Amino acid sequence: MSQELAFFIDYSRCIGCQACVQACEECDTHRGASMIHLETIDRPGSVQTTPQVCMHCENPICARVCPADAIKQTPEGVTQSSLKPRCIGCSNCVLACPFGVPKYKAEIDQMMKCDYCLDRTSTGKRPMCATVCPSQALAFVTLEHIEKTRRGRAVNEWVFGDEVVRTKVYVVVPPEVDTVRADLVQLGKKRAPEIDRDDVAAILEGG
Amino acid sequence: MAKLPAPIETLVERYGPHRHYVPEGGWQPIGEPDRLVKTHCCFCGQQCGIQLKVKENRVVGFEPWEDFPFNQGKLCPKGVKRYLQDGHEDRLRSPLERTDGGFREIGWDAALDRTAREIKRIHAEHGNDAFAILTGASITNERAYLMGKFARVAVRTANIDYNGRLCMVSAGAASKKIFGIDRAANPWSDIPKAEVILIAGANIAECAPITTDYLWRARENGAKIIVLDPRLTPIARTVDLFIPVRSGGDIGIFNGMLHVMIERGWINREFLAAHTTGWEEVERTVAKYTPEYAAKIAGVPASMIVRAAELWGPAKSSFLLHSRGIEHHTKGVDNCMAAINLVVATGRIGREGCGYAMITGQGNGQGAREQGQKAEQLPGMRDIDNPEHRKYIAGVWGVEEETIPHKGLTAVPLVEAIHEGKIKGLLLLCFNPMVSLPNQTYIREALEKLEYFVVLDFFMSETARHADVILPTALMEEDAGTTTNTEGRVILHQKAVEPPPGTREDWRVACDLAERLGVGDKFRFGSSKEIFDELRVASKGGIADYYGITWERIEKEKGVFWPCPALDHPGTPRLYEGAKFGHPDGKAHLKGIEWRPATEEPDEEFPIILTTGRVVAQYLSGTQTRRIGALDDQAPQPSCEMHPRLAAKLGVVDRDFVKVESRRGAIVVRALVVKTIRPDTVFVPYHWPTDRAANRLTVRAIDPISNIPEFKICAVRVKKVEKPDDDTWALPPEAGGLR
Repeated sequence: MSQELAFFIDYSRCIGCQACVQACEECDTHRGASMIHLETIDRPGSVQTTPQVCMHCENPICARVCPADAIKQTPEGVTQSSLKPRCIGCSNCVLACPFGVPKYKAEIDQMMKCDYCLDRTSTGKRPMCATVCPSQALAFVTLEHIEKTRRGRAVNEWVFGDEVVRTKVYVVVPPEVDTVRADLVQLGKKRAPEIDRDDVAAILEGG
Repeated sequence: MAKLPAPIETLVERYGPHRHYVPEGGWQPIGEPDRLVKTHCCFCGQQCGIQLKVKENRVVGFEPWEDFPFNQGKLCPKGVKRYLQDGHEDRLRSPLERTDGGFREIGWDAALDRTAREIKRIHAEHGNDAFAILTGASITNERAYLMGKFARVAVRTANIDYNGRLCMVSAGAASKKIFGIDRAANPWSDIPKAEVILIAGANIAECAPITTDYLWRARENGAKIIVLDPRLTPIARTVDLFIPVRSGGDIGIFNGMLHVMIERGWINREFLAAHTTGWEEVERTVAKYTPEYAAKIAGVPASMIVRAAELWGPAKSSFLLHSRGIEHHTKGVDNCMAAINLVVATGRIGREGCGYAMITGQGNGQGAREQGQKAEQLPGMRDIDNPEHRKYIAGVWGVEEETIPHKGLTAVPLVEAIHEGKIKGLLLLCFNPMVSLPNQTYIREALEKLEYFVVLDFFMSETARHADVILPTALMEEDAGTTTNTEGRVILHQKAVEPPPGTREDWRVACDLAERLGVGDKFRFGSSKEIFDELRVASKGGIADYYGITWERIEKEKGVFWPCPALDHPGTPRLYEGAKFGHPDGKAHLKGIEWRPATEEPDEEFPIILTTGRVVAQYLSGTQTRRIGALDDQAPQPSCEMHPRLAAKLGVVDRDFVKVESRRGAIVVRALVVKTIRPDTVFVPYHWPTDRAANRLTVRAIDPISNIPEFKICAVRVKKVEKPDDDTWALPPEAGGLR
């Protein structure tokens, strides 16, 4: 199992260069349309950016909420863009996805999203974004390779309140973390006062 | 007279820059290409391997080249979109001649005849050196070699230099002084093996993106990373120690670190005694650089300098990387030497995981500085004033040694000589001074004084607009040839497609002109490969010895590192193994470095430091990338980056128009208010022309040794303005407008 190639996201490596965004639209099946999202978290405060591909949930909520049954999962566990003849453009999937991945494209009246570069991955090639990524924040390698070469730990289990979501795509997190908890209760907690490590003035004053 | 022949709007409308979005044949699936050409990206010194998809003699797309060892398929956005230059509507497809109202198309013979005639006229009226040549570092080794020979043998002028003068010369001079060789000491594969990495003045995420993975691999292996930069760059965000050094204060950090290392005994005295000279002087010099003293120079807390020394000093292996941030100064060479002192003092060089490298900027930033197109240089990194070197090259070229001119003017003094009326004619290729040279107003005045100005380019650059004649040339993918990447690895750019009708390769143009100048017999080359074979011989026995490198070997071995003196020599990925340095005595020659202020420090009138640099989506003067829609959209115009504290003082909020003014000129751009920059500094990237050119503001002051301009520090004032009031703001942003 660990010899199988898998997709890993390591947010701490991302440098925001957009090579992934530019390369995604060069994929032959959806040329001219980029499916990956690169988020700038808070440019006034930081240079942090994060890439977001479809996490390919084991039990994809986007498909579950689709009233037209337009979103299908392949036997390999890849959740695909909506089927054109079925998609009614309702955007249920856009609202339901916990990762903000599907986007409704008004010009074609259809939801499109990252499809794990199925045309490439099904023929032994690596996805465009993970192949070109200069920081390897996006990597398409074996789990064994990640475990051997990264300090962090690859996890694919997410907790959203009462809901546990398992995904085909892994994220690399600090070694002490085994599940990504996105519980709302963590919000609003007071943080211990510390230097804002993204503020150069504060760094200069704090030493 | 080389004033613009038509209003700038008219020239932009006719010749661009226009943004090109849609690939050849549209966005539909490519399917199977006719050919997949294994070649390299033309942008930046990393020279990543890439495969270009070719269909019906057009480049229609790309596929990563995962077997190429340096980048293993990785690319930055520039590499991904480079193929969109093919079929660009702005491509020049006929020689052009200036008229009263613009340019008109003329034939190649007419254009070449006129150029040869003008060279001869200027020679007769003003002497050979009154005709100058300026070239670039984004051309192949073959073209760089040929331009050096063309200048000395065909035009017989001393005055040839190149735009690497704005890029690699401080690093090169420092390495040459200390080690006797101007090249990265180690291959990149050594980076992940180092315990500690010091990155000085290098925005790796944007200017050498694929090097990021090497850094992060080192970090995964446990390496500590230190970054010196006035801006918190994407690399700096997550490293172990980010030192937001004041621009020009780097020597404070380096000498301060060395001071602490001496105090704590983290110096390899055995190594220094056996393999170096000058250490005593270094030790004497840094004695006064206590952390407190050094911190004042560097503009950071003393504790950071101590911490840096604690990380760097006791490590068993280490790697230093530096680039333009410490090199673009009137003390650029000194900055690099002070940095390298940290490497040599520990003896951590010439071994696996131990060494240093400068990160080259331009496509052939390494190779183009070796082949003899620099003012002071002959091929093989030979010295143009050394009688032995002259004799050897005269033999290769089949000319009398006395006919080879001696050292000429470097780029900035050369333009000054044009301004002073001493140089009357100029041939320019691969160079866009109307974006890239400091003090743009002065540069424009100089170009306007030329009696004859001929430009070789594939697009109408901002500089080409001033030309009398423009000769349309070939793109990298339309001509084969070698470059040398940032590691010193010589690689081969394959010809993917034929140049479009009406255009001609640079080297053919040089040969055609040489014929008209009466030395055609010295320029009988049938292909770029034949030029390489002459280059190999010319470099033989020199420092940058390519003799053992052939195109066939490069293909087979995926690049060969110089020096490679014989066909059965494996090449030299790592220099200085066994602590054998490049000087005749085999030692490293150290020198104590004292800090000195910049040419223009901030004062009451101009109280803010301006520093300039690059963004990831644009390449150099933007002649190519401002024409590629997807890249230009990523960074469509420059902004003035400033800290919220400075912004508050100036009454500026994010996205306001601000006028940035120096003693030499002013530009209006939008403010980008971010916490990721020192509050005493503003940053403006330099890729744009006209009233958006950061180089309107920069100071025309050069390092006394390397002659690099001081792009990284000058004094400005910034104020909010309601709207731009210049003549060019309404142009499209890619042409220098503002939105």
